[in-house]
Amino acid sequence: MFAAAKTFARAFVTLGAVAAAGSAFAQSGEVNVYTYRETKLVQPLFDAFTKDTGIKVNIISASSGLEQRIKSEGERSPADVLLTVDIGRLEDAVRAGITQPIVSPALDKVIGAQYSDPEGHWVGISLRARVVYASKERVKQDSITYEELADPKWKGKICIRSGQHIYNNALIAAFIAKHGEAKAEEWLRGLKANLAQKPSGGDRETARDVAAGKCDLGIGNTYYWALMATSDAQKPWADATKVILPTFAGGGTHVNVSGVVLAKYAPNKANAMTLIEWLAGEKAQHIYADVNYEYPLRAGVAVNAIIAGYGTLKPDTLALSKVAAAKKAAAALVDKVGFDN
Amino acid sequence: MRAIPSELNGPASRGADAFRRPHWTPVAATAIALAVAALLALPLVSLARIAAIGDAEIWPHLAAYVIPNAAAQTVLLLGGVAIVTTAAGAGTAWLVTTFRFAGRGMLLLLLPLPLALPTYIAAYVYGDMLDAAGPVQSALRAAFGWQSAGDYWFPPVRSLPGAILIIGFVLYPYVYLAARAMFQTQCATFIDAARATGATPTRAMRDIALPLARPALAVGVALALLETLNDIGATEYLGVQTLTLSVFTTWLNRGSLPGAAQIALAMLAIVAALIAFEAYGRRHQRYQSVQDSRVTAPVALHGSRSLLALVACLVPVAFGFLIPTGFLLREAILRSLSGGIDPALLRHGLTTVTLAACATLVILLVGLAATLGRRLVPGRFVAAGVGIATLGYAIPGTVLALGLLGPLVAIDDAINWLSLYFTGASVGLVVAGSSAALIIAYSVRFLAIAIGFMQAGLARIPREFDEVARACGAGPTKLVGDIHLPLLRPALWGAALLVFVDCLKELPMTLLLRPLNTETLSTYIYQFASRGNFEDGALAALLIVAVGLLPVARMVHLAEGRPAARTRPAK
Repeated sequence: MFAAAKTFARAFVTLGAVAAAGSAFAQSGEVNVYTYRETKLVQPLFDAFTKDTGIKVNIISASSGLEQRIKSEGERSPADVLLTVDIGRLEDAVRAGITQPIVSPALDKVIGAQYSDPEGHWVGISLRARVVYASKERVKQDSITYEELADPKWKGKICIRSGQHIYNNALIAAFIAKHGEAKAEEWLRGLKANLAQKPSGGDRETARDVAAGKCDLGIGNTYYWALMATSDAQKPWADATKVILPTFAGGGTHVNVSGVVLAKYAPNKANAMTLIEWLAGEKAQHIYADVNYEYPLRAGVAVNAIIAGYGTLKPDTLALSKVAAAKKAAAALVDKVGFDN
Repeated sequence: MRAIPSELNGPASRGADAFRRPHWTPVAATAIALAVAALLALPLVSLARIAAIGDAEIWPHLAAYVIPNAAAQTVLLLGGVAIVTTAAGAGTAWLVTTFRFAGRGMLLLLLPLPLALPTYIAAYVYGDMLDAAGPVQSALRAAFGWQSAGDYWFPPVRSLPGAILIIGFVLYPYVYLAARAMFQTQCATFIDAARATGATPTRAMRDIALPLARPALAVGVALALLETLNDIGATEYLGVQTLTLSVFTTWLNRGSLPGAAQIALAMLAIVAALIAFEAYGRRHQRYQSVQDSRVTAPVALHGSRSLLALVACLVPVAFGFLIPTGFLLREAILRSLSGGIDPALLRHGLTTVTLAACATLVILLVGLAATLGRRLVPGRFVAAGVGIATLGYAIPGTVLALGLLGPLVAIDDAINWLSLYFTGASVGLVVAGSSAALIIAYSVRFLAIAIGFMQAGLARIPREFDEVARACGAGPTKLVGDIHLPLLRPALWGAALLVFVDCLKELPMTLLLRPLNTETLSTYIYQFASRGNFEDGALAALLIVAVGLLPVARMVHLAEGRPAARTRPAK
């Protein structure tokens, strides 16, 4: 037992050393980023940022709960900025009280009002659209509306991932915001009736299933298709499918925003502001376009050629805050119609 | 004969009075058990506080549209996984213990290996191989001249049955390891006696080995089921709407963290009740036996029977390990040839191993203190403390991590208060912002495995040993050091292996709680998986498997390394 106790004590000393090493963040020349975007995805951006500014970027990436982490950490939180995807999450962060206004006339000039918070608590950096992957062989039409996805002519022909996935949740929320809950329910029931299989997998599996003939239409995000088209192993799936940019009847294509918030207790606020402005700058926006295959938000930065091949994006003009406001109702609707069951 | 009644074991019930002299042991044991229970209760209290905020208006909705389906899917999934893991785990353990057949030596090494494979990776691999665009269906289309996936029926891999099989074949080693250890040591005498009286191996299995192994099987199946219940990656991908998934959607989509915490706590209560129910069911049975250092002599099989045994054991190994790792190996080689190897992988690997090793050490020591405390001081107080300590395993990782955020920062607040008081300087988040947070999180989560294994192991050491040692004047330290620890060695190795490998694979808590700039192999793989390119993480997945192999091989070597017992030809 005593030997065990000694080992235990030694382990704790080691732990202490690890702990001390862990606390050495919050120095000048650094910025701490909490991100819902994958490390691999944002690393090229941050490498370029460090090269430009000399500011080192420290990262934690996670899939959920970062708002709660920042909130729990309170005034001692090392978080300077939170990078996230989805308007709902951006507004959640604001509601959680972990943000402070981003005051930057330079940003206001390059990012449109549609894609930033009126109070300045979040700023959009890039866009992605929720589109249709259609079989080249079996689908002749080159345009479609979201409403048409519920048309019985597609019965047994549509594949989609879980209705509770954040991407679909936002699409359904947008439908509710545009048409009201009753219409949205009818539409969702129609879409459910058209599914070739139970919602499962991810957007990539959806494209695979369209390519293999399991279904004719799939619903997915713009960049997945570009990633497939540029991967040797996945190119056949991209080759067998085409991307159609759907629109709401009388509206535009559903887009969602990736954006950034400035943490309330950001210990490196000046560096954080430098980073945020840099992310909206030309170099970063080109990386978003050509490495991540997203739509850059800065006017004048061209989209990647593959993405441009889908056609000209006409984003729906519905205020994103209205989409965020309808997200709970969208989740409830998915439950109510048993979309995932 | 179903189990050994306690009378056979003599005056075990008097163990409570074994240490009548005033001694530090009861105090220390109680203190340790309470400290452990307190540490583990922290996230629960924190979750209960979140749940208590209340969100009554969401419940009618959950009750009408979410819970019924989720509960049904969860019950079916758990039931299916219980059947698959028991059949594969106990079945293979029985085969390799009872018989000697071609390939048995290799199987002893291979059978525990699926442990090292994260469940969600297996789900992705099978999804890729068996869906409409995968190699299997493509080959079928080519062979039969079908044009597209719409022309024929193929069982959908992303489905409840798919999930049961995939998860079952990856998690059966929990049952296998528990059953194998039990069949090997405890039952030897009884099985030999049964055989001597003419019972067939099958009857000996059904009437003696299985009932005797019940506590071990219960621990193994419980671990496999709790692991299933904790899963989110595989079930979400495979489209199974479990209660665990509903915890997440309630939190993230339905916008109700209190509602999510309420579901999680309700699940926890049900799990705790089930575990208590199982223990209650065998309250009158005592599973000690005279420790037999001899292993059961395996009966040699020949010809087609030998081949049959080999194939039966190869099925779970193939589905749980060989096929998925073969797929990963192919992907890793293809990617390394075309894109090279990410040099950061080595660093992430070292981080992963260091974290897992530190956590395993802490967990073993704490678990040992708690289990031995319970043995030496059989009061309800200590037992209850140990019981609470094992609940951490029954909460989904991300939820546990959320529950830990508050307590971890509270510890930091206290440290900073002390630091300000004595030195006038603040030290920042030394716990919540460092690897210590992960070690604590792993401990809270995986202590149940260590305690489960140690208790099962300790239960096999007759209390008479304690009494005899005591009669010979040995104090608790000598008793533990000279008798308990040496006899517990196999259980300790088993616990160490499972905990270490579980820490290697752990994803949800690591994602949320890790310090800045820290990646483990799991989080590294995850970032590819969440971009729909999990194959790019194949090499990292193989590294987890490779690192997991070492302790598995070590344990198998220790457990199987005894001199081969005499063998007899089959009658």
